[in-house]
Amino acid sequence: MIKKLLIANRGEIAVRINRAAQELGIRTVQVHSSVDKGLLALDLADEAVELESSSGTKSYMDINAILAAARTTGADAIHPGYGFLSENANFAEAVEASGITFVGPAVSTIRTMGDKATARKVAKQVGIPVVPGSDGVVNDLGAARQIAEEIEFPIMIKATAGGGGRGIRVAQCLEDFGQLVAQAATEAKAVFDDEGIYLEKVIENARHIEVQILGDGHHFVHCFERECSLQRRRQKIWEEAPSIAVSVSKRKEICASAVKLARKLKYRGAGTVEFLYDSKAGNYYFIEMNTRIQVEHPVTEFVVGVDLVAEMIRIASGEDLSIKQSDVVVRGHSIEVRINAEDPGNEFLPCPGTILELRIPDGPGVRCDHMLYPGYEVLPFYDSLLGKLIVWGQTRDHALARLKRAVSETRIKGLKTTLPLFSILADDNDVRNCLFSTDWLENWLEVNSIDEHKPNLDETT
Amino acid sequence: MPISEIRSSLPGTFYGKPGPDEPPYKAPGDKVDVGDVIGLVEVMKSFHEIRSEFSGILKRFLVENETPIAPGQVIAEIERF
Repeated sequence: MIKKLLIANRGEIAVRINRAAQELGIRTVQVHSSVDKGLLALDLADEAVELESSSGTKSYMDINAILAAARTTGADAIHPGYGFLSENANFAEAVEASGITFVGPAVSTIRTMGDKATARKVAKQVGIPVVPGSDGVVNDLGAARQIAEEIEFPIMIKATAGGGGRGIRVAQCLEDFGQLVAQAATEAKAVFDDEGIYLEKVIENARHIEVQILGDGHHFVHCFERECSLQRRRQKIWEEAPSIAVSVSKRKEICASAVKLARKLKYRGAGTVEFLYDSKAGNYYFIEMNTRIQVEHPVTEFVVGVDLVAEMIRIASGEDLSIKQSDVVVRGHSIEVRINAEDPGNEFLPCPGTILELRIPDGPGVRCDHMLYPGYEVLPFYDSLLGKLIVWGQTRDHALARLKRAVSETRIKGLKTTLPLFSILADDNDVRNCLFSTDWLENWLEVNSIDEHKPNLDETT
Repeated sequence: MPISEIRSSLPGTFYGKPGPDEPPYKAPGDKVDVGDVIGLVEVMKSFHEIRSEFSGILKRFLVENETPIAPGQVIAEIERF
């Protein structure tokens, strides 16, 4: 077993990883940037180390600084969390080259699935349906136009080095297409240092379904699916498990596809295979795979009772999977909402600030993974996720009722958060009846103002 | 000539250019019109353009590229026409 784990992340996920490690009897080292001395995880970890880096607030991206911290503290493993360096194959390679265990899949897996055009190819090879589009990276505009005419508009132009909803443009017609392709390539070069782009047809009214998988390199299981269709600007804000939209037989098919991909990759660790689901036609399409723990992993943990983060650490220690497929059974329904420091009444403007008062909800079926304490200063330099409120109920209606109850118990004073949005959504007819797709929330936000519900807003912020 | 200050309403990181390898939006001595972008403030991974409310000549920046900025802090001074 790993003896000392360095957590190369911050925020709520650093807290989550620290807990899992300590429960396994592993000592923890929490790193932090020079401005991040107030991190909750620093207080919980066995050791804290400031990253020695010239990149200031961005030091969580500094591979050498993290490796140096691991050497000075004698950590024998590094957990990358999500975001930052979690899907950076060069980082994983550097970690392993220093004789330290990387808590995640093999370097080659990260590299293969991190390149989204290559990932599509691999999925296709094992017979998983992919969204109609280009066969890998598109190299010139002529070829791109030809593919565009074959698959028909609207078409998404995606950066092959992108992922997680970043680096995407949508072309509605051939007239806009040339310019958007050029823009997308330029932006991809600037943001991801890789100008490669690929094309995918826009699947209208699609739902986002993703399958949690676990593998130890020899055995592979799925932990069923999550549905994350409620998104704003392609960022998930509300996730559920299981999905109400898929039938029993379709669920079996989609989960089997994900396991097939895991087997092909000889997958090691926790991963998520993401699909778009056209519920009218009953078709599903692979979009990408995330080779790390995901923000929304707790909804899966709630319904299947598996500690995914602990499982990742055990697998990285060289142990076999502790569960068989037949052990994984879904019980009840879980919903997660993302508590972001953003003002839902004002275009979701980011709201850094100091936490003046805090009451975290609890009671039956409620879990809150967060990074807050009274007096904590939420910094403007990092993303706006403060935490996640996760509820479990015997049925989806039960979970919705608990969500409303838990949101109303929560007090986060000192800054605005996205919480008020969720009590309104929990009452919405479409949400209650699960009648949504990935563009539903954007359309809803255009016609619904959060300000109308001012009493609620005042109460929770 | 009167001098006006352009302030940031947001906390975050100030950027004087659109990308790492690109030229700055404005340099001292440049002419600035009302509505011209003079920089970006990155707050929680989202980028907000800072536009000038004045027209004149950019006298100087009071924040360095890629450094933290506080709400109300002066970004630049404009010598108004």
